[in-house]
Amino acid sequence: MIESLSNLGMACQIRSLRWMLVCLVVCGSVSAGPIDFSRDIRPLLSDRCFFCHGPDGEERKADLRLDLEEAAKLSRSGVAAIVAGSPEKSELIARIKTHDRDDRMPPVDSGKSLSDEEVALLERWILEGAPWSDHWAYKLPERRPAPATEETGWGQNWIDDWVLSKLEERALAPSKDADPVTLVRRLSFDLTGLVPEPETVASFQNDPSRQAYGRLVDAFLESPQFGERMASYWLDLVRYADTVGYHGDQDHNISPYRDYVIDAFNENLSFDQFTIEQLAGDLLAEPTMDQLIATGYNRLLQTSHEGGVQQKEYLAIYAADRVRNVSGVWLGATMGCAQCHDHKYDPITSKDFYAMQAFFSDVDEVKHFKNGTNNLPTRREPEIEVLSKRERLVAAMIDREIESVSKNLVVPGTGDGSLEGSPRLETLRALKKRIEGTKRKVMVTQSVEPRTIRLLPRGNWLDDSGPVLQPAVPEFLGELKGAADQRSTRLDLARWLTDAENGAGLLTARVFVNRFWFLMFGSGLSRSLDDFGGQGEPPYHGELLDQLAIEFVDSGWDVKHIFRLIAGSRTYRQDSLETEGLRTRDPYNQLLARQARFRLPAEAVRDSLLQISGLLNHEIGGASVKPYQPEGYYRHLNFPPRKYKAHSDGQQWRRGVYVHWQRQFLHPMMAAFDAPSREECTSQRPASNTPVAALVLLNDPSFVEAAEAFAKRIMEFGGPEPEGRLRFAFQQALSRDPDETEIEILSRLLSGPGNDLGESEKQHWVSVARAILNLSEAITRH
Amino acid sequence: MNEQKINRRTFLQRSGLNLGTAALASLIGAERPKVLGSTTGVPGLPHHFARAKRVIFLCMAGGPSHLETFDYKPTLAALDGKPMPDSYTKGQPIAQLQGTALKCQGPLTQFKRYGQSGQLVSDFLPWHAKMADEIAVVRSMVTEQINHDPAHTFMNTGTGISGRPSMGSWINYGLGSESSDLPGFVVLTSVGGRNPQPIASRQWSSGFLPSRYQGVEFQASGDPVNYVKSPKNVTTLQQGKLVKTINQLNMHRNRRLQDPEVETRVAAYEMAFRMQMSVPELMDVSGEPEHILEMYGANPGDGSYASNCLLARRLAERGVRFIQLYHRGWDHHGDLVKYMNTCCGLTDKPTWALLTDLKQRGMLDDTLIVWGGEFGRTPMYQGKGGPGRDHHIKGFSMWLAGGGVKGGSQYGATDDLGYHAVEDIVHVRDLHATMLHLLGIDHRHFSVPFQGLDMRLTGVESSRVVNGILS
Repeated sequence: MIESLSNLGMACQIRSLRWMLVCLVVCGSVSAGPIDFSRDIRPLLSDRCFFCHGPDGEERKADLRLDLEEAAKLSRSGVAAIVAGSPEKSELIARIKTHDRDDRMPPVDSGKSLSDEEVALLERWILEGAPWSDHWAYKLPERRPAPATEETGWGQNWIDDWVLSKLEERALAPSKDADPVTLVRRLSFDLTGLVPEPETVASFQNDPSRQAYGRLVDAFLESPQFGERMASYWLDLVRYADTVGYHGDQDHNISPYRDYVIDAFNENLSFDQFTIEQLAGDLLAEPTMDQLIATGYNRLLQTSHEGGVQQKEYLAIYAADRVRNVSGVWLGATMGCAQCHDHKYDPITSKDFYAMQAFFSDVDEVKHFKNGTNNLPTRREPEIEVLSKRERLVAAMIDREIESVSKNLVVPGTGDGSLEGSPRLETLRALKKRIEGTKRKVMVTQSVEPRTIRLLPRGNWLDDSGPVLQPAVPEFLGELKGAADQRSTRLDLARWLTDAENGAGLLTARVFVNRFWFLMFGSGLSRSLDDFGGQGEPPYHGELLDQLAIEFVDSGWDVKHIFRLIAGSRTYRQDSLETEGLRTRDPYNQLLARQARFRLPAEAVRDSLLQISGLLNHEIGGASVKPYQPEGYYRHLNFPPRKYKAHSDGQQWRRGVYVHWQRQFLHPMMAAFDAPSREECTSQRPASNTPVAALVLLNDPSFVEAAEAFAKRIMEFGGPEPEGRLRFAFQQALSRDPDETEIEILSRLLSGPGNDLGESEKQHWVSVARAILNLSEAITRH
Repeated sequence: MNEQKINRRTFLQRSGLNLGTAALASLIGAERPKVLGSTTGVPGLPHHFARAKRVIFLCMAGGPSHLETFDYKPTLAALDGKPMPDSYTKGQPIAQLQGTALKCQGPLTQFKRYGQSGQLVSDFLPWHAKMADEIAVVRSMVTEQINHDPAHTFMNTGTGISGRPSMGSWINYGLGSESSDLPGFVVLTSVGGRNPQPIASRQWSSGFLPSRYQGVEFQASGDPVNYVKSPKNVTTLQQGKLVKTINQLNMHRNRRLQDPEVETRVAAYEMAFRMQMSVPELMDVSGEPEHILEMYGANPGDGSYASNCLLARRLAERGVRFIQLYHRGWDHHGDLVKYMNTCCGLTDKPTWALLTDLKQRGMLDDTLIVWGGEFGRTPMYQGKGGPGRDHHIKGFSMWLAGGGVKGGSQYGATDDLGYHAVEDIVHVRDLHATMLHLLGIDHRHFSVPFQGLDMRLTGVESSRVVNGILS
């Protein structure tokens, strides 16, 4: 630093010296280089100034807006907040730097302040002409060619060009490739939520070629476990649960919707169609059974079946809930803020909030006020009785078989009567009957006469003084093109959300490729997965995000294509080790000079440990399942009082995505590993690391039983020698051999002091199995 | 009870371990905890001298009637059976009485003045009467949610919207925990009383704060904490050895992986094992002297409010920052007299015992006790069975006692019929601001960024510290 300073020479003016200093300070983080308004300046103004000088007209002070360029630069009586080129003439800077406590901005009592570096950054930006640009997320992305890089042998696809060029700007090199075992585990966890089979690992170790890697990616994407893994994430977003959420938290009928989501991801249903079917499948011409099931989306919100709820109040609560969810899921917008006032940071008005509600005012949601009894499941009509797609496929196969068997049996002139004796036919019919018997009810959307939606002043549902609103999209995002005299529908909204030409399609695409990136890197390109507004974090790799969004749209909203693209990049294949140097230079890994490591999500923890033990039941779809749960865990539920009966058969060992989701008392294992209650849209779960989670893996009977099963497998397939058995166990759980120290440590569980309490050999191995299932490595993706 | 004690001792002896928790913890090589209940709090907090170090929140779930506890309304008595004046109820939210003719229901009990302060306490609460000079009664509470579940959410988080942290989580986040082997936020829910309203785990959720701040529920029957017992046939010694093995393997592997999360996990396993010792020790009250058990009216292991009050004291002694007791059954739409007798019978004396016991141990000075429901009850009659009252949010009573609170004081008032709080109104947000103030926290400067906003327990609306009840 001292050397660099002396290099500047005496010719530097004092002011520019300070800027150089700023630059040197800022260079330590990744936000150095040319100032980007969207990335560097707007977030500062938003966080420190917009609360009083932003979009919310009611709170605005001094009639000054800093969220609009024109207003911010407007000279009023010779004074302007920002005078381009002249920080010393800009009132903004003067007020920030004044020592007068009364004049100081941000106000002393706001709890906000600006660091010296931030002030210097604002000064430099103004000096450079205070260039303005639209908010990054609401600006249309443009297709751009990937940048050239000096190093040309590293990249595998254009994602890498964007990443590498930024790394080269910083004189950084990407990390080396992860070793084949790490890679295959990473892919397996990311794309299927499961630990890979030892055979898969071995085969990739033998041939870790690019082609073999590509085949591996395809195999994982084509496995039905991909849909289950994606569903776990989607169900968090749309707040899917098996119970109503409020008060009595009764069960409701919804599991076929979950199966629809799994099937949709497995069949790679295009994302725009996926959107349309969920929001408005019922409004399509001659909707299919699956499209009707998809409309369960509009019914996923929490409802209250408490005696004494005021219908009007709850309809207002439900309407707000829907807006929060649809805007959070598809637009990455925090529209909920505009329920009581115009948004503080984004150009979302209260009117926008209520106009959005109006799209959903035709959804039939009043029947439960009358019929929603304290039974299990409660009633939330409209509901239909359905077979899932899978079940229907099997039923159709049986039908065909019945038909062909019947044909062969029919002897001309004898009629149908002779068929009755055929044992095969009887089996088939019995099978058919059994399948028909698995029909499940599911809540669906039925369109009724739309309720009147008013703007509620301060969100007060008792206040009928606000204007009546028609369905409309947020004004700053454009408007729906359609016949002026016709009321817009949910179908119009769904199409607008995925219309890249005239709607919000590219915003939706950005929001989702960012989330797909998150699923493959543990962090989004913008780390704010749920807020693409002014307070969200602008992506460091903004261009890359844009190109991925365009690619998503151009591919026909092909979800698997995006995952294949990301998995195919060299960026994805990097080692995840965080070196000391990288930790200092890029603590949040925004530059992507390495991969990431993180604890598996709750479902993957459960599923992988069960898989290792050999207990996992791979069955797909069906009614929700109930694993062991501590006795009395539902003791506080009432109306009706709840009895929990764990499945005693193989259903006990189904994947986490099928576990009964009780909003008020989520299964304690899932809760301990941060699965959300699904009351609101969750795009990113925290990754805690707590004693409560340790207690689960140590003592939850599911995992104790899993350890017992694992021990049995170890003894059966690991050979007679302890070392061989430990190798077998490690390969199952960690896809590698134990080293000498690990063998030595684990061997102490097999013999030595403290274990002469009459344990049998089996019990020794159960201890070993428990130890391995509790290892950090077993539940961490590297 | 003696049998239990002996069993536990013999068990320890049989495992060759006539030792305390500390010694057992050393089994796994954890002499000093690496994570103090996981947290040390936010730098810069407390903002000012803290009058209270911990909180015991006695939540009377269902909503006790203010009109039969602390808010005496002779005018309402005079109007008993007459139509409720329209001027009070027009345009107001109504729960179960929607669309019915509203009539006044006079107080269903007598009130007397007690103590030097002359605090008005109803006949339902003879033991509260004995501590009239210790408690500060707020008679002008208001809340915004009229149904149980969202009203609890509002009382705990300051908003009816799900996903926000509960006050116990806020306080542990801000101040950290003082316990190395117990969670900093513990919830106990008692049995007994009438058909109880459900209570959801979101009431002790940490919301957007890290999940280590969430409340942990302790229960009297079954495992005191979920999964706190080792599996069948596994001795403490074996479990300790297992945990030690896991930690050794993790630390060994981490030399290569250099993952800071592994260090946290090692600490978490140590704490988990310590909890396996400390939680049963805490829950086992068989060592408490007979006169203390009698004072509370506690039968160990019965899950009663009395037992939970005793546990609350034990938790407070062990440094737990926020202890929340729920007693359900206060939802008296009908047969109010009968059910008030039940509820008060179960809670009145134990509450007195808790306060008195803390006082005699010198702990009341730095413990804040808060008593109240999620709302009050209507001055209007509701008759499911005998006379009762509906949910009411525009005026109700709560009390505070202990560190920094002016005992024997009364604050605020409702109108003549006990409908609207009219004098010195205390919103739930003001209660939160006051609690934080007593804990040394300025509510205006205690925020966490979430979804672009600086979230506060007290929200964005203005709120104030209720100085009138502070000593």
